[in-house]
Amino acid sequence: MTERVLLEAKGLEIRFGGVVAAQDINIQIHEGHNLAIIGPNGAGKTTFLNICTGYLKPHKGKVFFDGKDVTRLQPRHLVRRGVARAFQIPQLFTEHSVLENLLIAGAAQSRRWSPFRPLHQIPERKAMLHLLDMVKCSHIADRPVSELPEGQRKLVDIAIALALKPKLLFMDEPTSGVASSEKFEVLDIIAEALTEAKVTSVFVEHDMGIVDRFADEVAVWNRGEVLFRGPPDDVLNHPDVIRDVIGEEV
Amino acid sequence: MQFNLRTVVPSLIVLAVAVLPLLAPTTQVLLTLALSKGLAVLGVIVLLQAGQVSFGHALFFGVSAYAAAFVGKGFGGGELFSMLAIGVVASLAISVVVGLFVVRYRHIFFGMLNLAVSMIFFSLLEKFYHVTGGSDGLSVARPLFLGIEMEREGFEMVLFYLVLVLALGAAWLTHRFLNSPIGNMMRTIKTNEVRLEYLGVSARNTLLVGYIVSAGLCGLGGALAAVAQGVVTPEYAWWIRSGEFVFIAILGGSGSVGGAFVGSLLYEAVRTYASAFAGDVWQMILGIVLLFVILFAPSGITGLFARLTGRKASPASEEAGQ
Ligand SMILES: Nc1ncnc2c1ncn2[C@@H]1O[C@H](COP(=O)(O)OP(=O)(O)O)[C@@H](O)[C@H]1O
Ligand SMILES: [Mg+2]
Repeated sequence: MTERVLLEAKGLEIRFGGVVAAQDINIQIHEGHNLAIIGPNGAGKTTFLNICTGYLKPHKGKVFFDGKDVTRLQPRHLVRRGVARAFQIPQLFTEHSVLENLLIAGAAQSRRWSPFRPLHQIPERKAMLHLLDMVKCSHIADRPVSELPEGQRKLVDIAIALALKPKLLFMDEPTSGVASSEKFEVLDIIAEALTEAKVTSVFVEHDMGIVDRFADEVAVWNRGEVLFRGPPDDVLNHPDVIRDVIGEEV
Repeated sequence: MQFNLRTVVPSLIVLAVAVLPLLAPTTQVLLTLALSKGLAVLGVIVLLQAGQVSFGHALFFGVSAYAAAFVGKGFGGGELFSMLAIGVVASLAISVVVGLFVVRYRHIFFGMLNLAVSMIFFSLLEKFYHVTGGSDGLSVARPLFLGIEMEREGFEMVLFYLVLVLALGAAWLTHRFLNSPIGNMMRTIKTNEVRLEYLGVSARNTLLVGYIVSAGLCGLGGALAAVAQGVVTPEYAWWIRSGEFVFIAILGGSGSVGGAFVGSLLYEAVRTYASAFAGDVWQMILGIVLLFVILFAPSGITGLFARLTGRKASPASEEAGQ
């Protein structure tokens, strides 16, 4: 594994009224790693993702991607530089089928849009079918996404993000809403797809079993701050983390 | 080719419209106007696919109609195709300017801003009497057709078939556009704009493309209507006219390009014949029809037809009617 810094946050701060959702956040994300973010509800995990992907502008601090200051960029500009995102609540095109959702993403990524070539005949179609296969959703390609159970919607949401060929993928609670019996299966699928696409990932997760199995590193969030960061074994067994974070999860 | 109702019925309708003026010459002007308006309704449908309702699209109908009238006046009779071209170009140009502003807004704000701009244009038409003829408008002399000067009857016949061909061509191209990647991206503005931005695509620019396409369609319809009626008045750009386009789109069905023309033909037929036979109750008849459409066939006549012939009406069309 390389140790190249892909994304770096420096001194991020953001408040919503009296709520401090980010307070002097400093963190580096290394290429090739899978970083898990854990922490209680309201700790500011989603806010961190929102800032890193351009959805929110921090009141203080900066975000660097590939060494360049990207703090003020819009999500679409960050996407085009290689930062993609999957959402806590899947964000899909509800009037399109699963395959069409991916075809739209594929077309968006390639930016070759003939206004008269049908969406279903774009050159990226094959790659999108392969992606659906990777996330084990080939059999539902023609289903409207609005009919799918949450677990499959999560997978489609992640597949859309992968269709953008990102260097860095943020996933907000990829297994929330997935039945606990299926969580490992879903994460196995995602992990395999990430490895195949060689994507660095940052994922927010509440299930410590999942964190232990899939993360190379863990960062602990609390009240808008990063409390700890380190290998899963160290962080998950740290008495403070067990008391303040994991305790609340159980 | 497969023989089924879904391809046969639309073909029969086109055929019926094409031969009707030969059998009943009095219907010709009505059909020409209905199809011209249908083009404008098609423009409104493009925006409905993005979940946006414009209550001011008569603006582009009017801009183009006046532009065509000016060309006609300026060149003593004018040439039909240059009038149409200038009309469409004028509405495209205005749509870029207005579009850059209105695509920043959504839903009621989008609808009302369009209305506001169209009302400004309407009042300018009324106010600048020396240029626009005020509320009397401008007469549009019968233009040349490819350099040929024609008798009224012959010209009207040619114009009708030209409108029919243009309507078919526009419907086909619009259909292709809506099914293309950019057309599908525009449709996602209705369902998930945030995700669209997270695909690296500017939702505003995408809507602007749709806005320009829709204005171009309205423009083509406006210039054709101006030539067909032989006169342009501020009423072309009136907000009631904009509302009529939306009404017809919902009536015909905003889920498919055919809805624009089915709705428009039906609307003009009811308006003309009901007002002839039933005096001033035609608006009540149309109101009741719209009520039934919204309650029982929210995807319009074409959506209802699609459902009856077994194709699942797309949710796009269902919702646009609500
Ligand atoms: N856009 C917003 N406006 C107001 N308050 C917000 C906003 N986003 C987040 N917050 C608040 O900031 C805190 C952190 O939220 P969030 O980042 O969603 O936490 P987490 O994802 O860790 O559960 C919460 O108290 C939340 O209510
Ligand atoms: Mg969250």
